[in-house]
Amino acid sequence: MFITYLRRELVNRRKQTIIIAVGMALAIALVIIVNSVAAGVKDAQTSVLGSVYGVGTDITVSKAAAAPGADGTGGPGQRFDFGADAGSTTDGSTAVATSRLTAGMGTSTFDATALDTVTAENGVSEAAGVLTLTNTTFDGELPDFSQMPQGAAPGEAAEGTAPTGGADGAGGSSFNVDSFTVLGLDPAASAVGPLSAVTLTDGRTLASGDTGTFVAVLDSAYATTAELAVGGTIDIGGTSFEIVGLVESSSGDASTASNVYIPLDVAQSLSGEDGMISSIYVQAASADDIASLKTSLESALPDNTVSTQSDLASSVSGSLSTASTLVGNLGTWLSVIVLAAAFLIAILFTISGVTRRTREFGTLKAIGWSNRRIVGQVAGESLVQGLIGGVAGIAIGLVGVVVVNLVAPTLSATASTQTAGGLAAPDGAAAGGPGMGGGGFGQAAQAATTSDVVLNAPVTVSVIVIAVGLAVVGGLLAGAIGGWRASRLRPAEALRAVA
Amino acid sequence: MYQLTDVTKSYTKSKHTVTALKGVTLTIPSGQMVAIQGPTGGGKSTLLQMLGALDRPTSGQVMLGDSTLSKLGDTKLAHIRAKEIGFVFQGFNLIPTLSARENVETALAPLGLSNAERTSRASTALQSVGLGERMLHLPAELSGGQQQRVAIARAIVKDPEVLLADEPTGSLDEETRDEIMELLEGIWREKQLTLIIVTHDSAVAKRAERRLHIKGGTVKEL
Repeated sequence: MFITYLRRELVNRRKQTIIIAVGMALAIALVIIVNSVAAGVKDAQTSVLGSVYGVGTDITVSKAAAAPGADGTGGPGQRFDFGADAGSTTDGSTAVATSRLTAGMGTSTFDATALDTVTAENGVSEAAGVLTLTNTTFDGELPDFSQMPQGAAPGEAAEGTAPTGGADGAGGSSFNVDSFTVLGLDPAASAVGPLSAVTLTDGRTLASGDTGTFVAVLDSAYATTAELAVGGTIDIGGTSFEIVGLVESSSGDASTASNVYIPLDVAQSLSGEDGMISSIYVQAASADDIASLKTSLESALPDNTVSTQSDLASSVSGSLSTASTLVGNLGTWLSVIVLAAAFLIAILFTISGVTRRTREFGTLKAIGWSNRRIVGQVAGESLVQGLIGGVAGIAIGLVGVVVVNLVAPTLSATASTQTAGGLAAPDGAAAGGPGMGGGGFGQAAQAATTSDVVLNAPVTVSVIVIAVGLAVVGGLLAGAIGGWRASRLRPAEALRAVA
Repeated sequence: MYQLTDVTKSYTKSKHTVTALKGVTLTIPSGQMVAIQGPTGGGKSTLLQMLGALDRPTSGQVMLGDSTLSKLGDTKLAHIRAKEIGFVFQGFNLIPTLSARENVETALAPLGLSNAERTSRASTALQSVGLGERMLHLPAELSGGQQQRVAIARAIVKDPEVLLADEPTGSLDEETRDEIMELLEGIWREKQLTLIIVTHDSAVAKRAERRLHIKGGTVKEL
C-alpha cells in the first residue's frame, strides 16, 4: 500500500513533484560542478607547486630576502667590472664577455647546518637542501678606448676625424645581458626536492657520483630555447659544464623549478656561497604531523621561514588564484544559497501539500491509520522527490563537468618562489632574456615561476556520495517537517476543519 | 455495545468555551440501527466523533464493548478504529489519486494483510456494493452515488462491529439516496453490525429502529 500510494501521489501530483525535484536538481548540480571545479583548481595548484617544490614536499624552510639598503648594499645587485685590458681588440672594437653566478633574485642564503637541524627533528622523513642561483652573462662590443683622444667621450671622435670602432664601426657600443636560473642540489637526495617532480627526457639525471663534478641537467624547454643538448656544454659562472640530461615537469603543463641543475657543492663553490643553502625541502613522516612539525621547525630555526604546502598555495597568483578564490567564495556561497533555497522549496511545498491534504489525512486517521504510518507516507514521498531531484542533479552536474572539461579553460599561475625556485618562464626561456632585463645591474627581479595550467574538473565518488546525501537529507528534512505537521492533525479536528 | 456515561465535550476557541455535549448518558446495544437527528450545531457530529473514537470527552466515559475509549491513548484508539469501526462521510472522503479498489485497500493497510489478500478483499467488497466493473476508476471518474458506494465498501471491507455514517446521503439526489440507504440497510441486516446514522433527512431517519434527537448538547429519544 505504501508504494502504491506513494507512486500514485508522485504521478498524480506531478506539478509539485517536478517543482521540488527541479529545485533539488539545480542545487545538487551546482554543488557537483563547484566541488569538481574546486578539486580541479586544487589539482592545478598542486601541479604548479609540485613543479616548483617537488612531489612529496610537505614543508619548505627558507630565509626571507633582505631588503636592499639605501646605500645599495644588502640587496642582490650585480656589477660587471672590466679592466683596461679586458677583452680582445680587433679593428678598433673591444669584445668583452663575462658571466657571474650569484644568489637568485629575491632569495637569501643561510648556513647549511640548518639541514642537520631539520633532519634531527622527529617526524621528518626526508630533507634536502638546495641553493638557488642566477647565472648572468654580460657580453658586447666597445670602441677601443686606447685609440681615443684625450678628453673625448666614448664614441666621440677627435675634431675633424670620424669616429671608428665599436659595434657599429662608428664608435657605438652593443651589450647583451642574458640570465638563467641554476639550482644546486645534493645529487644523492632525489626523494624530495625539485627533481622529484620531473621526468627525464634525455640522458641521465644527477647521481651520487656527480658530487664535485661539473655536470648539469637542463630543463628541456630551456635547452630547446637555448639550443643546447645532452653531450654539449653550458657556461655557468665562467666554468664549462657538461650537459648530461634533460628533464621536464611530470605534470606536463608547467615548467620545472629551474633552468639548470648542478651539484650543490659545485654551485656553492662557484657562487662563493660555500656552506650556504637557500632552501630546505622537507617531507614529513606522516601527513598528520605536518602542523606540529612546522611548529617544531619554527622553534628550532627561529631566523628562518617555515612554510607548509597550504602556505605555499597562497603564494600562487594569476588567473588560477582568481579561479580558486571564485570557486572558494562565490561558488561555495552560491551552492549554499541555492541548496538552502531548494530545501526551503521542498519543505514549503511539503507543508503546503499536507495542509491541502488535511481531509485526506483526517480520513486515513479515521479509518485507523496511525500517526507513524502517515508520517512515514509523507516522509517517503518527500524522500523520493528528493532522490528524483538528486538523480537529475547528478546527471545535470555531470553534464556541467563534461562541458567544463571540454572547454578546458587555461589558467595561468604564478608561484612566488621567494623560498626556492628560479625564473623559469612558461616556455622555459630564461626570464632575464637578452638585453637589460632579468637580474643584471642591481635591478630588482620578481622571483616567480609562471605556468599555464589547463583546468580539468574531476568527478570523484565522494562528490557523487555528497550529492546523493544532500538529496536524502533534503527529502528527509522536508518529509520530517511535513510528517510532523501531519501527525499533529487530530482526526476529529482534521475532519471538522474540512467541514 | 456502546455505553456513554455523563459525557461532556467542550471546545475552547479564542477564550470562548462552547459545550457541544452536556452530560450525555446513552446505551446503544450491538446490532441496532440508530438515527441521530438534530439542528446544525446541536452536537450530532461531536457525538459521532465520541462514538467513532476520533475524540475524547472532556468528562464522562465512553465504552465500546470492554474498551473505555475515553481513557485510551492515540495508538490504541487508532487500532480500535482500524479493526472495529467503519466510517462513511457525507463528502465521501476518497483519496483522489487512488483507484476505487486502492481506496478500499487503505482501510486494510493497518491490519498487516498480504497484498494478495488485501486486493482480494477489496475486490469482493466493491462487488458487494455493485462496483465490480469500476474497481480501477479514479474517484473523479465516478458519480456521487458510486463514490459513496466505494466509501461504504471501504467502511465494511474490514468487517467492523460498528458502522458510523455522517450524513451519508446529504450530497445525493433522492433516487441515489434511496439506493444508498437500501445498500446500508442490506449490509446492516446481513452483517448484523451496529449502524449509527447522523442525518437531517427524516426519510432516512425513519428507516432506523431507534431515533435520537440531539439539541444543545442534550440527547432525547424520539
